[in-house]
Amino acid sequence: MGQVIAAATEHGHDDGHHHHKETFVTKYIFSQDHKMIAKQYLITGLIMGAIGIMMSVLMRMQLANPGEPNVIFEALLGKWGQDGIMDPNMYLALVTIHGTIMVFFVLTAGLSGTFSNFLIPLQIGARDMASGFLNMVSYWLFFLSSVIMIGSLFVELGPAAAGWTIYPPLSAVEQAMPGSGMGMTLWLVSMAIFIASSLLGSLNYVVTVINLRTKGMSMTRLPLTIWAFFVTAIIGIVSFPVLFAAALMLIMDRSFGTSFFLSDIYIKGEVLAHQGGSPVLFEHLFWFLGHPEVYIVLLPALGITSEVIATNSRKPIFGYRAMVASILAIAFLSTIVWGHHMFISGMNPFLGSVFTFTTLLIAIPSAVKAFNYITTLWKGNLQLNPAMLFSIGLVSTFITGGLTGIILGDSTLDINVHDTYFVVAHFHLVMGISALYGLFAGVYHWFPKMFNKMMNKNMGYAHFWLTAIGAYGVFFPMHFIGMAGLPRRYYTNTNFPYFDDLADTNTLITYFAIATALAQLIFVYNFVKSIFYGKKAPANPWQSTTLEWTTGDKHIHGNWDGPIPHVHRWAYDYSKVNEDGEYVIPGQDFVPQHIPLQDGEEEMNH
Amino acid sequence: MTAFLIILIAALFVVALWQISKIVQLGKSASASENGAQAEIANDSDNDRHGKFLLYFVIAMYVMMIACFIGYQDFFLPDAASAHGAEYDNLLLLTTVIIMIVQFLTQALLHYFGYKYRGKKGQKALFYADNDRLEFIWTAIPVVVLAGLILWGLFSWNDIMDVDKHEDPLVVEVYAYQFGWKVRYSGADNILGDANVRFIEGVNQLGIDPTDADGKDDIVATELHLPVDRPVVFNFRSQDVLHSAYFPHFRAQMNVVPGMVTKFSFTPTVTSEDYKSTEFMTEKVSKINEIRRQKSEELIAAGDVALDPYEFEYYLLCNKICGASHYNMQMKIVVESEEDYQEWLETQTKFETTLANAEN
Repeated sequence: MGQVIAAATEHGHDDGHHHHKETFVTKYIFSQDHKMIAKQYLITGLIMGAIGIMMSVLMRMQLANPGEPNVIFEALLGKWGQDGIMDPNMYLALVTIHGTIMVFFVLTAGLSGTFSNFLIPLQIGARDMASGFLNMVSYWLFFLSSVIMIGSLFVELGPAAAGWTIYPPLSAVEQAMPGSGMGMTLWLVSMAIFIASSLLGSLNYVVTVINLRTKGMSMTRLPLTIWAFFVTAIIGIVSFPVLFAAALMLIMDRSFGTSFFLSDIYIKGEVLAHQGGSPVLFEHLFWFLGHPEVYIVLLPALGITSEVIATNSRKPIFGYRAMVASILAIAFLSTIVWGHHMFISGMNPFLGSVFTFTTLLIAIPSAVKAFNYITTLWKGNLQLNPAMLFSIGLVSTFITGGLTGIILGDSTLDINVHDTYFVVAHFHLVMGISALYGLFAGVYHWFPKMFNKMMNKNMGYAHFWLTAIGAYGVFFPMHFIGMAGLPRRYYTNTNFPYFDDLADTNTLITYFAIATALAQLIFVYNFVKSIFYGKKAPANPWQSTTLEWTTGDKHIHGNWDGPIPHVHRWAYDYSKVNEDGEYVIPGQDFVPQHIPLQDGEEEMNH
Repeated sequence: MTAFLIILIAALFVVALWQISKIVQLGKSASASENGAQAEIANDSDNDRHGKFLLYFVIAMYVMMIACFIGYQDFFLPDAASAHGAEYDNLLLLTTVIIMIVQFLTQALLHYFGYKYRGKKGQKALFYADNDRLEFIWTAIPVVVLAGLILWGLFSWNDIMDVDKHEDPLVVEVYAYQFGWKVRYSGADNILGDANVRFIEGVNQLGIDPTDADGKDDIVATELHLPVDRPVVFNFRSQDVLHSAYFPHFRAQMNVVPGMVTKFSFTPTVTSEDYKSTEFMTEKVSKINEIRRQKSEELIAAGDVALDPYEFEYYLLCNKICGASHYNMQMKIVVESEEDYQEWLETQTKFETTLANAEN
């Protein structure tokens, strides 16, 4: 199958020089060009991100001033913000949709979708994805699911509100909360379509990486970005179908009277007929995707960081083979740690022991990655571009957030911090902020390739520093209110006087959250303005070794105007010197992958 | 408050704009000699400035971390009031110390390298691609440290989760519903009667099987009273959706799952009275009451009702999203001497009696 597709694409390449006149619709809307699809993913993802972040600001405002009228609520929330007071169901809806949007629509589709699409063909030396058509379908299914998800905000009883984990029975039984009616139905439909989109995309990535690498591009010469995207796609293919199954069974329970997840329920004065199901089964199925999902979000960000840090350090990434091995180890382990979300779910405690063991194992490859990044900086010649700062920021938040995982991954310690704000702080730092930093690093780094324009660096710097300060300002103090035993997903904490002394800290966090959200406007302005008015980008602005910088500035479907370059070396020949101490290419501290070995140069056996 | 918030947002926005304009100006003067796209690529002065910023940033971060640990030290839960809690607290303390050491070291290296090796024209980076010994070292260190933590954690876990380890424990059912808790004591036979939501009818709110002899002497209450120093095995049952029974001061938590009975056991070791009078708690409560007093003044000024002063009681709260009033699903817990407990239990009604009363 792969061969056939490969052959077809080769044929497409032959047309490259005299391709058909493209209409507006085929070029900008139903495009099959991976570069255009990547931009569509990026812009859709950023719009969803703006909505998701706005929701978090609304939640933070509620937590800072619970029960006090707020004109913003009145203006934005309609009947759920009457007289400026937020409805408790609306708070839970915001929690739910914020989580769903950020995890799936921004950090899965917006991050992995954008950069897998953009970089895989360009960096492996391919004209396009294995199937441009499926790629297009993948984007439009994603778009459709986004529209449905946003549409669900406007249904009469409100959107889904059972948390992004949608545990039944809360999500299954309409009587349990208003959001579990039409809102939940739309959530499930949207996610089912999203999963289809994600699978089409992932299959395409895997086939492309396996089959369409240019001559000389062995797997061990792949940039770490591609390794990360490749393995991410495999994790997605393994785990997303399980969520699909769970969603399907939940739909059956909701609409067709089956009892996969429901049993012995008495609600609103009547006993439901469901008998014999188990919500714990749903938790297993959900987290079988849910935990790998963390790495689906994180690995592309780490891949981008590897590339950006190596380029801007003017040094090879330290321990390439260890990095690849870590990615593979993380991918494998990520599918056998899901139970650490369920230590106290009522499952057999023996399982808890097993999952503690596997969970702490996954800390090892993660630690290796962090150490390798730090060593890559050592004795470098660091070019502190905004992308580089975001990459350093990612390593910082990845460490801070990852370390608290050692507390949460330990079944004993999890007992008392489970579902508190400690968890919220942990996962926002380790996957939310880290992955967002990866997204920003990627945008700043590859913007010149995407739009042939440069982004303004000073706005980039302002964006980074305000975000870096804000993110720690929000999430570091949050660990402490979690340690006080403050549960997450509480509409207000005022019903427990014990938490009264946490209110000031909550307010402080809210201020940081608002400031950080506003700082993102700098990015939006920079992004939009640079597309139209940015300075024209040079062919290889960051003096990088990878193939995407060899295409020239013409954006054609097929990437290279002439023949595809062949590859003669790995992707990290930065500052490589001959025995006499001179750079391999005199006066140039990098050797692009398509340059053959020079006289007297030894290929590194990395 | 809203007005204040809006002013604050505006102020922050102005500060942000001011920052940008300042940085733009700084950038302009540095890159005036360059033209075109080169101006958007970091030059030596950018590297210098932001390298130094990285150093300042990590220093500020250390200050913040230390300030949080000092300023928020009374946020940490007080000493555990259960037998296994001391062990939990020790493990938590050890883990926290280890991760903070790692945090301090790695963040220092990361940001210091960012500062130390900030790029300069003519500076040559070291081509350094691999070092098996280093890789081995920093694979081995986490393995050893984590192995230690895992082993300790697993021993504690197996101990805590073994609900059958006690001789003659008190068996109590904690029953969750939207949005509250009830307790069912097993009575003189220490056996809970069978129950199912299908038996829920009239006064039989917990669905106890009226035909089961074990259930006749069961006692349903709305407060959880526990005798001190006696092991308690909790059986958790939910009638509608998932809840989670969280006893923060006892380091105990278990999800409550409709359709099944989940279990957790612990031994309360400090009575409510003793816990209230600890130095930590008296200070904490007086601080909270000061906050409430100030809040009350504001409320009274606005024509509202003042807040009641707070007195600490152990509580059980719901920690799994369960619907609109999830945030207010709590129950008071009282730990008392065996005599006080028995005395209180006498005042509660047996299920048998409840049924009989209802029929009359």
